[in-house]
Formats: sequence, C-alpha cells, structure tokens
Amino acid sequence: MTDKRATAPKKILFVNTKAPYGNSMARDALDALLAASAYEQDLSVLFLGEGVFQLLANQNPKDIGMKNLGATLPVLPMYDIEKIYIQGSALLARGLTANDLVLPAKVLTEDAIAALMDSQEAILSF
Amino acid sequence: MKLSIAVYGAPHSSEASESAYRFARTACAMGHALTRVFFYHDGVHNASSLATPPLDETQATQRWQALAREFNIDLVVCVAAALRRGIVNEEEADRYELEGRNLADGFEISGLGQLLDAAVTSERLVSFGH
Repeated sequence: MTDKRATAPKKILFVNTKAPYGNSMARDALDALLAASAYEQDLSVLFLGEGVFQLLANQNPKDIGMKNLGATLPVLPMYDIEKIYIQGSALLARGLTANDLVLPAKVLTEDAIAALMDSQEAILSF
Repeated sequence: MKLSIAVYGAPHSSEASESAYRFARTACAMGHALTRVFFYHDGVHNASSLATPPLDETQATQRWQALAREFNIDLVVCVAAALRRGIVNEEEADRYELEGRNLADGFEISGLGQLLDAAVTSERLVSFGH
C-alpha cells in the first residue's frame, strides 16, 4: 500500500460515459472520484456520450427510488476537483447546451478530448 | 510493466470478467508485474464463494484465486459495492449481524482508495466492463 503523500501528484482522468440512472455506474464513478480527491492527485473529470446527462440540471429521480446525482455533482469544486470537461458534440446531439448543466464544465471538441486524454498518466473509465 | 486491473462486470452476466481474466493471465505469462485486481460495481460478484455455476462453465472465483496464488496478486473488493450486493467477509457479517459470510479466500475487502492507489502506483490501470 502506498503512502498517501508519496511522490508528485499524478494526472488522473475520470471518464463518465453512462447516463445517471438505469445503471449504478454513474453513482459508482462519483463515489470513486470523491474517494480519489483525498489522495492529493491532479484529478480531472470528463463527461462523454450518454454521460453528459449526469450533469443535467433539475434531475428528479425520487419517483424511481434513486438519489439525485445532479444534487451531488456540484460538490466537486469543494473537493478541489475543478477540471471538469464535457464533450460538446454529445451535448449538441442531445439538444443540450452548457446552460443546462448543474455546474460549469468546459466544453471540448473531439480533438481537445484526444489531447486531454493524451496528457494524462492514468484514465479511469466508468 | 507494472499493471493493475479494475473489473466492473459480474461473471456469467458480463464479458468483462472473462476478458479481464484472460488479459491478466496473459500479462502475467508475458512477465508483466500485475500487482492488484480491484473489483468494483457488479465486479464484486467475482469474489463470491457461493456462486455455483454448472461444472462445464467458467469457475470465475476459483480462477482468480489460482491466478492470485501463482503470481502473488492482491484481489481487492470494494467494501461499499460488496455490501450493497451481499458479498461480505467475517468482519462485515459480524458488524451488520448477517447470517453468513461469502467472501472467497484470497480476496480482501477494502475501500475505493485502493483503486486510486492502483492508478497512482501502476504504469497502466486497465478497466474492464464499464
């Protein structure tokens, strides 16, 4: 087991590809990201494809017995996770814009996403 | 190369567990240092000692155990994902006053920090089954 404070921070990207409900992967990804925030690494998070729905404002999943993911995601900056990215073409394809989101995410093109992934030392995909 | 693996799929339901195992065995056979397999999400079902597939099907749990013994790999199961799905060791069974335990030998229950630790300390973390 590694000491939490060991060596320089590593650039780690979390990639969220699933819609928030119907499958618990989105919640599990958020749990993993929040847990990771305690380890003083250089974290980024990218919402890709269906994953862009996770950031949608005004989610109300109470009637399907789920916790509101959209209510939890705005805590990310409080956990020092401020590099938040979203795939522009995925927003567009779903009739969404950056104004529909629960927190400010930087909208990226495919080329910018490729460059972001290339710049990372580890990628966790959910 | 120093590798870790994350498994998010249950055996018999998802191809993820099969692909992860084949990748793991091949990587070890090629001389790579696979240090940890982290089971998260539905992947925790890989650690159930109660799974009883037909004998002519893959015995996923036993296969992981054998690989871990042979190559000295940590098999780590996320505690939160495991408790939700009814995978418990003696300690958790006592804590929650459950009537049984089913974490297979060779697996250990730990926190999500071990997934991040794998990402930090390995040259590659390969995920299966998102």
